[in-house]
Amino acid sequence: MKTDALQAHYEDLGKQTHAARLGMWIFVGSEALLFSALFTLYAAYRVAYPGTFGEAAGHTDLLLGSIMTFVLITSSYAVVAGLDAARRGRTGRVAPLLAAAMALGLAFLVLKGVEYTIHFRDGIFPGRFYRFEAFPTDGARIFFTLYYFMTGLHALHVAGGLVLLGALAWLARQGRFDAVYHTPLELGGLYWHFVDVIWIFLWPLFYLLR
Amino acid sequence: MPATKSQPPPAAAIATSYLNAETTIRSWLLTTDHKRIGVLFLAATSAALALGGVFALLVRLELLTPDRTFMDAMTYNRFFTLHGVIMVWLFMIPAIPAAFGNFLLPLMLGARDVAFPRLNLASFYFYVAGAVVVLGGAIAGGADTGWTFYPPYSSQTPTALVPVLLGVFILGISSTITGINFIVTTHTMRTRGLHWFRMPLFVWAIYATSIILVLATPVLGMTLLLVAVDHAFGLGIFDPAIGGDPILFQHIFWFYSHPAVYIMVLPAMGVITEVVQAFSRKEIFSYHAIVIASLGIAFIGFLTWGHHMFTSGMSMFDAAAFGSLSMFVAVFSAIKVFTWVATLYRGSIVLDAPMLYFFGFLFLFSIGGMTGVALASTSLDVHWHDTYFVVAHFHFIMVGGTMMAFLAALHYWFPKMFGRLYPRMWSVVAAFLVFSGFVITFSPQFWLGNAGMPRRYFSYPPEFQALHVISTVGSWAIAAGLVLTLAYLVGSLRWGKPAGANPWGVASFEWDTPSPPPQHNYEEAPVVTGGPHQYWREGGGS
Repeated sequence: MKTDALQAHYEDLGKQTHAARLGMWIFVGSEALLFSALFTLYAAYRVAYPGTFGEAAGHTDLLLGSIMTFVLITSSYAVVAGLDAARRGRTGRVAPLLAAAMALGLAFLVLKGVEYTIHFRDGIFPGRFYRFEAFPTDGARIFFTLYYFMTGLHALHVAGGLVLLGALAWLARQGRFDAVYHTPLELGGLYWHFVDVIWIFLWPLFYLLR
Repeated sequence: MPATKSQPPPAAAIATSYLNAETTIRSWLLTTDHKRIGVLFLAATSAALALGGVFALLVRLELLTPDRTFMDAMTYNRFFTLHGVIMVWLFMIPAIPAAFGNFLLPLMLGARDVAFPRLNLASFYFYVAGAVVVLGGAIAGGADTGWTFYPPYSSQTPTALVPVLLGVFILGISSTITGINFIVTTHTMRTRGLHWFRMPLFVWAIYATSIILVLATPVLGMTLLLVAVDHAFGLGIFDPAIGGDPILFQHIFWFYSHPAVYIMVLPAMGVITEVVQAFSRKEIFSYHAIVIASLGIAFIGFLTWGHHMFTSGMSMFDAAAFGSLSMFVAVFSAIKVFTWVATLYRGSIVLDAPMLYFFGFLFLFSIGGMTGVALASTSLDVHWHDTYFVVAHFHFIMVGGTMMAFLAALHYWFPKMFGRLYPRMWSVVAAFLVFSGFVITFSPQFWLGNAGMPRRYFSYPPEFQALHVISTVGSWAIAAGLVLTLAYLVGSLRWGKPAGANPWGVASFEWDTPSPPPQHNYEEAPVVTGGPHQYWREGGGS
């Protein structure tokens, strides 16, 4: 066990791990509520513009969106594999697996950028700047404004997650995690999975519900 | 006293407290000690109270005459907006939880610190950063939308709205971090024997508040971010001109901002619960009633936001549902009020400053609460909506409730925090000034509102002037009381008599350790064998 992991104000490592885990879950819950405001807006506007939202979803790139979903879920798998390796004491595998997850996360962001570029070429911009000639209605404008805002905020979370994974990979290379102590790895992974879960909701809302 | 009592060590041994263990400025600014962070928050939120108070005084001064008194209408709009923004987000939301909650929560749990001390410090710096950005916006041109930022006006106003919104967003991060920290601390850091139903009721209040903070703040943050982006880049998500719906903003805004009212008042109720027990030397009449009422308010508070929107176009059914649910909050509040009053019955009441503020709270909160029930009935609300009646109502709750409780907490725990006593006579004078000033300021506003004076207006018909003058004069009395309080408390830091460990003779856990407490709060982790404030036990009280 790494004795330096225990902070002075805790009696034992068990309590400290319990506190860290609870804190992370509550944080993830509050992050979910951050997105919930946007999901509420989406729901309200979908009701206000019943046909339009489904039709507008037909103008996003389903293939690209599905590839991004696959890429992101695979990266989550890599993080889980890293945690599993740490639990089994194969600490040498942790950093490479995290690096793989980061590469996939980065690929997700690149694909997202490619998709935005395609939309920009069609004149699909958010809000007042929207000038998509194939579908010039207020409902479609709001659909794409929400699309940019929600996927953009999600992309920021992916970027934040990449920084987090980078820090964890660096710590893993320093040999800070082992079979007994790997709480940061577990909680960092939890955050990465949460970012995944948000995408799992965005994917149907913007690509599948046509 | 129920907790195992460690004999107060001799004077020489308590020489090192959290205050004088290290004295460099760096040791304060980079501290992770919850007590020091609590003191930092106390200083910062008090400064915010002073600043928001100055804006309030200027607004009241302008309203002395029916037309322009000394500022133009745009400046007036900016000043009442800044008054609201500063008082709500820089003072009322953080004041009691972040200052007193930080200081007391670990002490009351018998813990050495909060669960995440470094995050706690980060929360303070998020607060400072948010305050700097908000005030930067104020200097750059201020906002004139009122603290509610309603679109579509908020997307068109020429004022510097974006920094104000971003500042509030950053303050929200601070609140969320503090909320998470307090929930986890309450769950994991309780000392041996401290079951949930033995915790001091202030802890329950902070716990319930933290739940609201964590659930509601992110939604507000997102909403304000949308308005900021809307204002900066013309996103138009709430703009009816390009298909958006401004009423949606109101729904999402109030989904946070109504629970925010309970973020302000629940900790205040927690303070009041502690003070009434300490100064009537009696255990609370019903511990469970207070706990259930706190959690009930936290829960029902999420289902009442629609009562801000009765006149925004809402179906009869929705209005009736939101109205009845809002009245339900009054049931829980009344349970608390009656429990406090029943606690007084046959207690040994001591009329020190904290207890005077308790009575002030009880009186003002009851009036504020009852006018709230009246406002929750849809027919009356149509008449009173957006008038001074509403202004008077929420000032009775927020100032009469939260500020009275803040002052009660300050006077009750001042000896705990700094180990000094303050002059009793001046504290009594200040309490009377603040209370009577408050009644003079806000009572006339009920009449003004009922007569049809709309809120936020720069000018008014001459027949309203007498009531406005009374109200303005009252605001000077509040200011005098607060300046006096500041003067004698700051003076007492240096010249106050040493308090000793437990100057009030209170049987609650936090007084078991010396005042001011040593760096790690307790020499040994205390073992708790009963609830707090059990004065009937042998040796209860001192």
